[in-house]
Amino acid sequence: MSRENILHKVRTALGRSAGQPPSPPPPVRLRVPIVDTERRIATMTMRIEALAGKTWRVATARDACALASQFIEGKAAVASNAPYLAECGIVNLPGVRTGIRNVEELRTLCAAADVGITSADYALSDTGTLVMIASPAEARLVSLLPTMHLAIVPKERILTSLDELFTLLPRPADQTSSMVLITGPSRTADIEQILVRGVHGPGQIGVIIVG
Amino acid sequence: MSVEFDQKIHSTLADANLQLAIYTATGRLKEKRIEAVAPDVLPDYQELRTQANALKKHAIENLDYYLEEFERNVVAHGGKVVYCKDATEVADFVLGLAKEKDARLIVKSKSMTTEEVDLNERLEHHGLESVETDLGEYILQLAHEKPYHIVAPALHKTRYDVAEIFEKRLNVPNEVVIEKQTAIARAVLREKFLEADIGISGANFLVADSGAVVIIENEGNARLTTTAPKVHIAVAGIEKVIPRAQDVATFLKLLARSATGQLLSVYSSFLSGPRRPGEIDGPEEFYVVLVDNGRTKLLPDKGKRQSLYCIRCGACLNTCPVYRKIGGHSFPWVYSGPIGAIITPQFMGVTHEPALPFASSLCGACGEVCPVKIDIPKVLLDLRSDVKKTEAREKQNRLERLAYKVFAWVMTHPRIYEFAGRLAASVAPSGDGGWIRSVPAPMNVPPVRAWLSERDLPPPPSKSFREMWRRR
Repeated sequence: MSRENILHKVRTALGRSAGQPPSPPPPVRLRVPIVDTERRIATMTMRIEALAGKTWRVATARDACALASQFIEGKAAVASNAPYLAECGIVNLPGVRTGIRNVEELRTLCAAADVGITSADYALSDTGTLVMIASPAEARLVSLLPTMHLAIVPKERILTSLDELFTLLPRPADQTSSMVLITGPSRTADIEQILVRGVHGPGQIGVIIVG
Repeated sequence: MSVEFDQKIHSTLADANLQLAIYTATGRLKEKRIEAVAPDVLPDYQELRTQANALKKHAIENLDYYLEEFERNVVAHGGKVVYCKDATEVADFVLGLAKEKDARLIVKSKSMTTEEVDLNERLEHHGLESVETDLGEYILQLAHEKPYHIVAPALHKTRYDVAEIFEKRLNVPNEVVIEKQTAIARAVLREKFLEADIGISGANFLVADSGAVVIIENEGNARLTTTAPKVHIAVAGIEKVIPRAQDVATFLKLLARSATGQLLSVYSSFLSGPRRPGEIDGPEEFYVVLVDNGRTKLLPDKGKRQSLYCIRCGACLNTCPVYRKIGGHSFPWVYSGPIGAIITPQFMGVTHEPALPFASSLCGACGEVCPVKIDIPKVLLDLRSDVKKTEAREKQNRLERLAYKVFAWVMTHPRIYEFAGRLAASVAPSGDGGWIRSVPAPMNVPPVRAWLSERDLPPPPSKSFREMWRRR
């Protein structure tokens, strides 16, 4: 509606002309420290638990599957289409619905599910964060609608921090319509500053670190 | 000071419960911020602030370039960008789209920009249901109130207030346990999310190099708003654009720490365009509404344009000794606290509430805690100067208006006019038939003196035209 008008006002105010290139931007500031895997895992675990999340460390994909099966026993679960979950065998566990490509079906299932199981494209140890990139393998709703989110993450995917993530992915939007960083369970403190978990997203979060 | 401003301040100061609520909540947020940016926890805090300031300064100085780059990239990812100059245009765009999609229910996540333009009221006026989904905003929408605080909108409400509001507006039993109140809201809003036709969000950052909208939140309501409905509209001020996705790292490290003392907020979403081929869920249509609504008025002044760097963390509110006494609703517009005191006069004009830039002790705390280093006290001083200049100009205007009124009255009353003429002739220096070169004593007042200092007048005739006419 007012595109030309607004851009014209901006240019006039700044003394710029149409198509004029920008002045040189400040250099990008990303610092990636060298931290060994074990320390990353230790920090990751500490951070997630500080946010009332649960963490487990298992040696193999099989172990992860066994742990997950105990966890979801008697519950309704939806698993994402992540190849790593298939590799673990989680998609074959009883009570787990997976392989869904229809959005309506996914929505109905996730809304009714107790547990949403995903992998994660990356994790950030410094903040206890899961990085979820929407793709045919990972739908957005699996980590959002169920009351609990269980993520199974191979240890190689644990980065140190935001800086390392943005060094690897300088422009995440090139590859996905949605990248979400998840740091702990959904929470609010809107009434009297009292912390309540699970207001809209999952109130519980569990991370199984494999390897 | 306007009567309204004065009254609101006094009623807030007189309410002991409210005073306690404001003081406790802001005090807690303030302490958490201090812990989260302490040198042992975040050694490069000051460097990050400097970087954030440099990035914002750069983005604003090249705003037109980055807006166009952002737009190109949104379009490349299948989204659409709409520029709106004011509240009416924002509402018209949303209403038009709602009509096109035959939409009735809209879910909204927190956005100060939509508060600015009263979007909910405008949509509801046209028969649409527009539901706020952030818990605090939802409570306020049910109570028909405006946010009290940028980050903690319902800071002034107790659990008992919430119990009453829910009972009255949602027809649920009176429930005072906060966990259960939250569960009630979750259940009601969950249905809204799943039924909604359109989701409207705000944006914390617009990333030019990726065409991405970055949304930061804790509850998950923004994720639901931007994922569940078929249409997502992000509404953002034009000043939110930053050059590169990599720059978001700097801001993310500062924003949550400054706002609530968290290392990161629970959800940071980078959204660009609608669902892509192969992706399973997400909206089918993606719009970004870029709003001016007064922002371009701030750009010409190199000193004051830094007000546009604000990332809405609320740290300046929590630390401000004035906000902590007079609260959020005393402020005349949606933005409260020190940032409100510098934004409001620039968006609405300094005469909107001339006392606002003076409602500060200039202690400097706001400038010290600002994660993007806005020199709020300096801008407050500049605005005080603007207020005084405007007042002086108006005072002068008043005198001038009075003089013209008297002139008009004399000119429309023939007898008075005639009398004034005789009076002027009688006081004018007479005798030599020459020009009047000095100011007659009774008229020796500054404006007349100034006018006559450069002019000579012919002597008044012995008889006026009227006298001659009568004696003809």
